[in-house]
Amino acid sequence: MMRTYAGHSTAKASNELYRRNLAKGQTGLSVAFDLPTQTGYDPDDELARGEVGKVGVPISHRGDMAALMDGIPLDEMNTSMTINATAAWLLALYVVAAEDQGVSQQALQGTTQNDIIKEFLARGTYAFPPAASMRLIADMIAYTVEHVPKWNPINICSYHLQEAGATPVQEIAYAMSNAIAVLDAARERVQAAHSEGGAQSNGKQEADAQELMEQVFGRISFFVNAGVRFVEEHAKLRAMSVLWEELGRERYGVREPRRLRFRYGVQVNSLGLIEAQPENNVQRIVLEALAVTLGRDARARAIQLPAWNEALGLPRPWDQQWSLRIQQVLAYETDLLEYPDIFEGSIVMDGLVSELLDGARAEMAVVAEHGGAVEAVAYMKGALVDSHRERIRRIESGEQVVVGQNRYSESEDSPLTADAEGGILVVDPAVEAEQVAALRQWRSQRDQAAVEQALDELAAAAADESASQNLMVATIAAARAGATTGEWAGTLRKVFGSYRAPTGVGEAAAAPADADLDELRGQVARLQEKLGRRPKILVGKPGLDGHSNGAEQIAVRARDAGMDVVYEGIRLTPAQIAASALQEGVHVIGLSILSGSHRELIPAVIDALRQAGVQAPVIVGGIIPEQDVAALREAGVAAVYTPKDFDITRIMQDIVELLGTDGRVPVAGTGASVNGSA
Amino acid sequence: MSEASRPQAGVGAALGARLRDADVSAAPAALNLLESTTAEDRQAAAALLAQVAPAALGGEAPGHVIGVTGPPGAGKSTLLSALLRAWRADGQSVAMLAVDPSSRRSGGALLGDRARIDFDPLDRDVFIRSTSAGERLGGLAWATRAAAHALAAAFDVVVIETVGVGQAETEVADVADTVAVVVQPGSGDVLQFLKSGIMEIPDVLVITKADLGQIATRTRRDVSAALRSLGSSSTSVVAVSSLAPPQGIDALVAALRAHRASSDVGERRLRARRANALADYTHEHGEHGLRALGGRHAAQQLLAAQDPQLDTAALVTALERAAGGA
Repeated sequence: MMRTYAGHSTAKASNELYRRNLAKGQTGLSVAFDLPTQTGYDPDDELARGEVGKVGVPISHRGDMAALMDGIPLDEMNTSMTINATAAWLLALYVVAAEDQGVSQQALQGTTQNDIIKEFLARGTYAFPPAASMRLIADMIAYTVEHVPKWNPINICSYHLQEAGATPVQEIAYAMSNAIAVLDAARERVQAAHSEGGAQSNGKQEADAQELMEQVFGRISFFVNAGVRFVEEHAKLRAMSVLWEELGRERYGVREPRRLRFRYGVQVNSLGLIEAQPENNVQRIVLEALAVTLGRDARARAIQLPAWNEALGLPRPWDQQWSLRIQQVLAYETDLLEYPDIFEGSIVMDGLVSELLDGARAEMAVVAEHGGAVEAVAYMKGALVDSHRERIRRIESGEQVVVGQNRYSESEDSPLTADAEGGILVVDPAVEAEQVAALRQWRSQRDQAAVEQALDELAAAAADESASQNLMVATIAAARAGATTGEWAGTLRKVFGSYRAPTGVGEAAAAPADADLDELRGQVARLQEKLGRRPKILVGKPGLDGHSNGAEQIAVRARDAGMDVVYEGIRLTPAQIAASALQEGVHVIGLSILSGSHRELIPAVIDALRQAGVQAPVIVGGIIPEQDVAALREAGVAAVYTPKDFDITRIMQDIVELLGTDGRVPVAGTGASVNGSA
Repeated sequence: MSEASRPQAGVGAALGARLRDADVSAAPAALNLLESTTAEDRQAAAALLAQVAPAALGGEAPGHVIGVTGPPGAGKSTLLSALLRAWRADGQSVAMLAVDPSSRRSGGALLGDRARIDFDPLDRDVFIRSTSAGERLGGLAWATRAAAHALAAAFDVVVIETVGVGQAETEVADVADTVAVVVQPGSGDVLQFLKSGIMEIPDVLVITKADLGQIATRTRRDVSAALRSLGSSSTSVVAVSSLAPPQGIDALVAALRAHRASSDVGERRLRARRANALADYTHEHGEHGLRALGGRHAAQQLLAAQDPQLDTAALVTALERAAGGA
């Protein structure tokens, strides 16, 4: 199946995009939701500011879902939704949209990503605490296996773990441990549902529960990553197939070979896609696609390829078309699909696979010792932050070659990025205001009493400590009544409480000795004498963007350099950042944004800071298009860093220099030119 | 940036005066000054502290200084969030000093605690500051002690949060009017520490996660029995659950308040100032300095003879004068 991950601005605009893509030969939909939808906030929530319609489509209620799927026959479509914390809600809206089309939920096909553990570990769009999140997932699995039988309720994602720095062994081990946590929770749910009648439970009920559990196992699919080391990556997928089958047989008693197959979709690596000479990302994407297609025994079921310019900003339809054409060339022009498994009997491949298996089994045992994946979130997060740091260190030192970045970096001017917008899509800032107005109108026109009653029933079902009611039922009822995304999530937040995931930075080990770092420490120590206090930096992520890998690396390196680091994790309002900066007496503020909301959020944070009386300089890192840098500088940003500034030690040196100049804001524009003035 | 215009002694005195007038907005700048090690800032800090010394206030600072300590994972942050809500609902202004133990001498520190405490960022009557444990081995940073004293002039409640059991609550006891130790159900090591005397007996013992049911009840029973066998009847044992719906928070607020009402705060703070002065003096002048005073015991006697209204800095000066004259 071929898809491109798409959605932006509004339901209507995304619907048009989907119809165009389907006309071009795409065979399924992959829906990208915006961050407020992913984290359960309405567009008029304070936290949603700047994020509405940015990284995907905003869906606030059944009306939005109906518009998104308008004219697309849902009984024929296979729809993949990248949705996690609010997956139950979006599936409910999809079910209601199907009802509107006269399609029964029995006929629906598709996938909800619904993997919350990786949200805690890597992606950050969680909404509820771990136990409550796992209950929602188990409820969805138990519901869909009976009522939406062709739906894949969960896609265990190792994709984001690799983005967060996971080695192949970690990627395999954490994904499998995650799957065990989900399946164990589902098993409990399924068995409970089939033992009603208490003592009278009999052999038939047990057999039913076992059959249902085998069905559940058969419906679990994976979403993996493929990096540019494509031979090892292929071995990784073969190793995952082996482990999955083993798990099914031994832990869950699954017998039917069809259900034991390791089914996975893939999005190839974005981490390795770089900003410098971005056209080279095309060959990286092709090679990564080979990793998941080369050997038939471990071939992906669905592939989506990122666009060449992801590190620059939001891809345009043309960029996505290019990615689709890559798949079409592989599938229809090459002989890739004509042979049986081409690695069968390969000594080298078998050796690689067994090496990965040994490592993964050992790491899975460590996670099990922590009490399973849910309990081991802090451990795994710390391990990922460590791996990511090691990866960056190798790139900084040149041990790992990245063409165009740390080697062969000279380049002619690129005609691909020469247009006014720099070769990316820019979402109209008016979208947010329109979306807010439309939402208010929706609220004023619906049957308010019915909505309130549905939400009350949802709250009661969630608060029931025996968890006897499946939350999907109350969720679908609320969707039908016209409740909004923020109301659904807000109701559950009230019952379940809110949560902050571990940041992993506290667990990260101290840096190994290194000449550059030693020199930096010396500079920091001299700065400390001058300032009278240890240099103190606040690292903050404003808005809803949960991609915290970069911010974490900055925080850890600043600590290793000898600074005091205030790191508060993700999802901060400008007011929170300003209060922290003031109360903590920080010398510098580092903000990280990857969602494209920097144009709104950075000036808002700077306003809040200055109003609070904080004059400390602000630096910004993230996916910031070149043409936005001037505006940010205008707003008072001292330096801007983008993915091409991969050398974190140099960023630290810039900070030391910035603070050493005693308040004079440096003349330099981007990070690169700050380096130049060093 | 804040250090661009170096505060002079006058600035320090002005900040101290604002704190004395319960102007909580002076807290951030006051802390910047108290944490600074430049000669100029130390002078200004001394001027600040003089403004909030008992002599200047005409008595002890009115704020209630509470030390909260316990092992990692005991649920301190969640507990503090709940306490903060209760105090704010009661109209009390609250300052929290979160002392981070992770800093190493060579490296920096990651100060992540404030993120785990829920509060309204626009609420001016809440002040949270994270500090690394500082250069002094095995002790609260000098700045933390000074900050607690200074903030107690302006805030109704000043919390010092530290991590650990054993050494930690002893250090906090030298600053706080009330020490609360937080443990989670089933933490047998705390019980052992108590019985073996590694841990000082706290004023209030908090057992978190009361929602865990039986195991929490058993822990409470064991702790109470251990305290009785040690002959301590004054320690309150409070079980709380910070999960919704919270339980025991009001009882804890009441227990903390009751402890302060029943203890002689003036006496406790005087003892702490003298102990701190001796520690500061020894840190500055070493064993050699102590010998110049005729040894530790003689130094303690000398301190006991000083005016009870003198603050720590004045007491150190008195010791230095005595040593210089000897």
